[in-house]
This record gives sequence, C-alpha cells and structure tokens, in this order.
Amino acid sequence: MLTSFLEADLPMIEAPEIEYALLAPLFIVTGVAVLGVLVEAFWPRSSRFLVQTVLAVLGIVAALVDTVVVYTDLDRVDSALKARGQVAGEGALSVDGPGVVTWGLLLVFGLLSMLLFAERRLEGGLSAFTGRAADAPGSASEAEAVKMRIEHSEIFPLAMFALVGMMLFATANDLLTMFVALEVLSLPLYLLCGLARRRRLLSQEAALKYFLLGAFSSVFFLYGIALAYGYAGSFELSAIDTAVTNRTGSENMLLAAIALIAVGLLFKIGAAPFHAWTPDVYQGAPTPVTAFMAAGTKTAAFIALTRVFYVAFGGSQWDWRPTIVAIAIITMFLGSVVAVSQTDVKRMLAYSSIAHAGFLLVGFVGVYAGVAGSDRVTSVSSILFYLAAYGLASIGAFAVVTLVRDSGGETTHLSKWAGLGKTSPMLAGSFAIFMLSFAGIPLTGGFIGKWGVFSAAYSGGFWWLVIVGVLMSALAAYFYVRVIVLMFFTEPVGDGPTVAVPSLLTTVVIVVAVVGTLGLGILPGPVLDLAQHAGAFVR
Amino acid sequence: MNEYISLSLILFTIGAVGVLVRRNAIIVFMCIELMLNATNLAFVSFSRQHGNLDGQVAAFFVMVVAAAEVVVGLSIIVSIYRARRTTSVDDANLLKS
Repeated sequence: MLTSFLEADLPMIEAPEIEYALLAPLFIVTGVAVLGVLVEAFWPRSSRFLVQTVLAVLGIVAALVDTVVVYTDLDRVDSALKARGQVAGEGALSVDGPGVVTWGLLLVFGLLSMLLFAERRLEGGLSAFTGRAADAPGSASEAEAVKMRIEHSEIFPLAMFALVGMMLFATANDLLTMFVALEVLSLPLYLLCGLARRRRLLSQEAALKYFLLGAFSSVFFLYGIALAYGYAGSFELSAIDTAVTNRTGSENMLLAAIALIAVGLLFKIGAAPFHAWTPDVYQGAPTPVTAFMAAGTKTAAFIALTRVFYVAFGGSQWDWRPTIVAIAIITMFLGSVVAVSQTDVKRMLAYSSIAHAGFLLVGFVGVYAGVAGSDRVTSVSSILFYLAAYGLASIGAFAVVTLVRDSGGETTHLSKWAGLGKTSPMLAGSFAIFMLSFAGIPLTGGFIGKWGVFSAAYSGGFWWLVIVGVLMSALAAYFYVRVIVLMFFTEPVGDGPTVAVPSLLTTVVIVVAVVGTLGLGILPGPVLDLAQHAGAFVR
Repeated sequence: MNEYISLSLILFTIGAVGVLVRRNAIIVFMCIELMLNATNLAFVSFSRQHGNLDGQVAAFFVMVVAAAEVVVGLSIIVSIYRARRTTSVDDANLLKS
C-alpha cells in the first residue's frame, strides 16, 4: 500500500544545481564558523581562545586565496557593458566581478579585525571582551570570572557568521536571500556589541539600541520586499527589473517598495536621516567590533544597496535619484558638521563614517555605467575603491584607539589626546595618516577614493553635486585637521593617557593599514584597475 | 485580496506606532514581531494573487528569522535588566553626545 503510494505519479523534485567551486569562499567561511561552534562545545577551555583565533585566521586566509582563484576564473559576459561572472545557486546569488571583489575586501577587513579581536596584551592577558556576559556589571561573579581568567571565545564564530552574512549580502541576487543575509550579518553583531570588558553598561546599551533600531529598520526592508514581490511576482532582481521596465503593476506600490527597501539599506550604511544609531553603537561597542562593523557592514551594505538599485530598480532611476541626491547632501553635511562638536574619538569617527556614507552616495547616484572604449571610472568601481580606502583607514584608526589607555581602559576623550604626537610620535603619526585619508588629502587612499566618486557623479551628469561634495569635504577636513593639531601642536595634559605596548597582532594591523592607505594613494593603479576590471553587476 | 493587504498595512502601522510610543523594551520588541507578522500576511496574500509559491516560502523564512531574532533580542534585554533592574528604553540614556 505504502510502496504503491510512493511509486504513484508524483512530480519529481529535482535536486538544485549548486556551483560549489564558484561559491567555495562562502562555504569555507561558513564551515569555519560551524567548526568554531563545535570547538566551543568540545575543546578544553584552557587553550580554546588560541584554537579559535587560529581557526578563524586560517579560515579567512583560505577563503581569501580561494576568492582570488574564483575571480580569475570568472567568465566574461557578452553584453554591451563590461561584465564578468554568472548567476549561481539557482538564481539566489550573483557571483560577478563587483561581488567577488567585495568578498576580497570583506575578507581582508575580517582578517584585520580578527587580529584585533585576538589582542590580549592590552588587558593583561585577557581579551577586550567580557569574561562572562551573563554576569551583571560590577557584580561579585564578574570579579570572580576575571580572577579565574574566563573568556568568551564565542566571539570568533560569531564574527565568522557575521562575515558570511556580509559576503552573502554583497552577492545576493534575490531579495529574500538578501533579507536572510542581512539578518545573518546583523544578529551576531548585535551580540558582539554588548560584550565589552570595560564600560559594560554603555556596551549593553549600545547593543540594545542597535538591536531595536536594526530590527525596526529590517522590518521596513522586509515590507519593501513584500511590496516588490507584490509588484513583480518574483524576488529575483532581474525579474523585478523586467516588471519595472515594462511598468506592469501599480506605480504607487513600486514607489512604496523602493522607499521601504531604501530605508532598510540606508540604515545599514548609516545615511541621514537613518544614522541616529551610529554614534551610540560605535562608542559603546568594544573597539575591535566597532572596527569590524565600520569597515565590513558599510562595505557589504553599500554594495547590496548599489546592486538592488542598479539591477532591480534601474528602470525607474528617475524616480529615486532626486531623493538619493537630497539624502547624500544631508548626510555629508550632517556628518561633517556634527563631527566638529564631538569630544569623544569614537563618536567623532562615527560621524566621520556618516559623512563618508554621504560621499559614497554621491558616486552611487551618478549611476554611470561607462561607455565602450572609454576608461572613465564607473560608479560601481569608484564605490569599490572608496570602500577599500575607507575600510583600511577606519580599521587602522580604531586599532590606534585601542592603544591609548589609562587605568579605566581606553581613553577616548579627545582632550586626553592632546600632545600625543610628542609622547608617541609613531602612533600619533599613523593616526594622522588615517585622518588625512579620511579628509581626502593627496597621496592617501582617501583622495583617490573621493576623486573616483566625484568623477563618477560628474560622468553621470551631476556636476553641481560634485561642487557640493567638494565643499563638504573641505568642511569635513576641518575636524580631521583639528585632531592632528591637537596631537602634534598642543602641550600634553598632566595626567595624560599612557600608550600601551601592543602585541604583534595590533602592530601588524596598524602597519598594514598605514601601508595600505599610503599605497592606495601613491600607487592607486593596481587596485583601481581591479575595480574597473570587475565591470558591471551580472543579473 | 485588497482586504488582506489592507489588514496587513493596518497591523504594520499599529506595530510601527507601538515601537515609536511604547517605553518598555519588551513591548517595543513585541511590536516589531507584530510588524514581521503583518509582513507575512502580505507575503501570503501576494503569493495567492500571483499564483506562485515564492511568497509562502518567504513567510517560512521570515518565521525562522523572527525566531532567531527573539533569541538574540531577549538575551540582550535580559542582560540589561540584570544590570539596571529596568527595561525602559528611556533609561538607556548613558550614551549621549
């Protein structure tokens, strides 16, 4: 009876075709994250932190090597625009030039952040994360955990899951995959934000704010997806593009879908008016996590934003471009102006990251895809280069922040940084280089990045927006230079901070960030070529 | 069909207003869950309208994500409650410029 039922005329379910070779970097990072959870369960506590660190670093390096292999194997696509890559995983992912370059960027940022996570010399042999998050701050059991030298080594698997989410987010080719990726990247970050060893009340508060606002914004994103599905009848970006180009459904529904999806993505990149969480979360989170978030989340979310708006909603770009222009101007202005009045280094860097989101939006709104035979920088490649320069400089800057300390942990109040250039010129010098790169001074990566996004906006016909952008970067340069003046041309205060001597890990991060920032400024050719070579999105 | 979409919009709005006006982190969180469920209703309604199953599959994904979000969210709220003996979002005001 049962067998006859099974043999009856049931429709065949075909196994999905997965391009394992193409998606291997994703599988490696996921595998390492899952392995990390197993290590957490079975490995003895005494050596667990070390094992997790080695596992995470080796996993990222392997994924990075494989990303290079995948990139060199990408097929050219025959189309009017230069493009390479293909749609993979039954249409769920688009492994294309910009996507794979973003994987590379994210893995580099992830690797540098893991080194910061693993730094244990600054807290006397313990990591920058709380020993037992379940203990109330200041309680007896917390002191006991410190005495027993208990540490959370779960931070590594959590960060690896966040990294997978970021990589998925940047290559998602349908909106449902994009939503799942958004949550996979966000949920571990909410937890990591609340795990600081010092100033735990602030850290927990940052986690709460990030969580509530993040969940709120992702619901808007999700409702936008529902409306886009209602409009087009499919989640795939290319199918939505077809529906948008043919104007098949209700115009109002399309506009609502675009607006709601934009809210969710602009929140993640920290653009005004959805930026309110950024300063609080950047300040409260443990500094290595802030570095990871600042570089990684912004990179992944910006590429996802670009992909959705260029591929799915490219047909209605005249509907959304004016609004994005307004948001870009507000974001640049707000980030630059409010940063001036900040007294906390981490908050200042947070407002600086808001301003950078604005500059990136300038390149984004140009929607310049290039023409055959011209070498002018396209919007996508200018954004990729900008993200590379910005990400390196921010990880470096936050790494410097972890080193300037007093008895209570990191000294983030700017007044305490006065005269740092006299007591430790090397550290202050590298911080100055990051500031100059943020300000967009020539011979740093930030300059080439700004030149790229402005050039793309100009090619896209927004010459007046370029003028506004240049004025805004002059405004923003003020507060970066102010920090440099404070460090080098102000007398040190009496009870100034001490600069902790880090282990090799943090030193490597700062050196790589300095070399990268200067390298991108002096010899931008290779990376710029790579970004141009990546071509357009594959749909 | 329009009735279901309207209901989903109404539920979504109730949730959004709740997030903005309520002060207890748990209730804010419940309002976010309400918004997620309103979205699910929209997904299945559109799925029925278009005659394909994509929307219903999406609803399953959303449920899983919502469950994961509960785990993370409640753990954060509970840890804050242990430290401060309150879950009011107005009291979470140590981080200010």
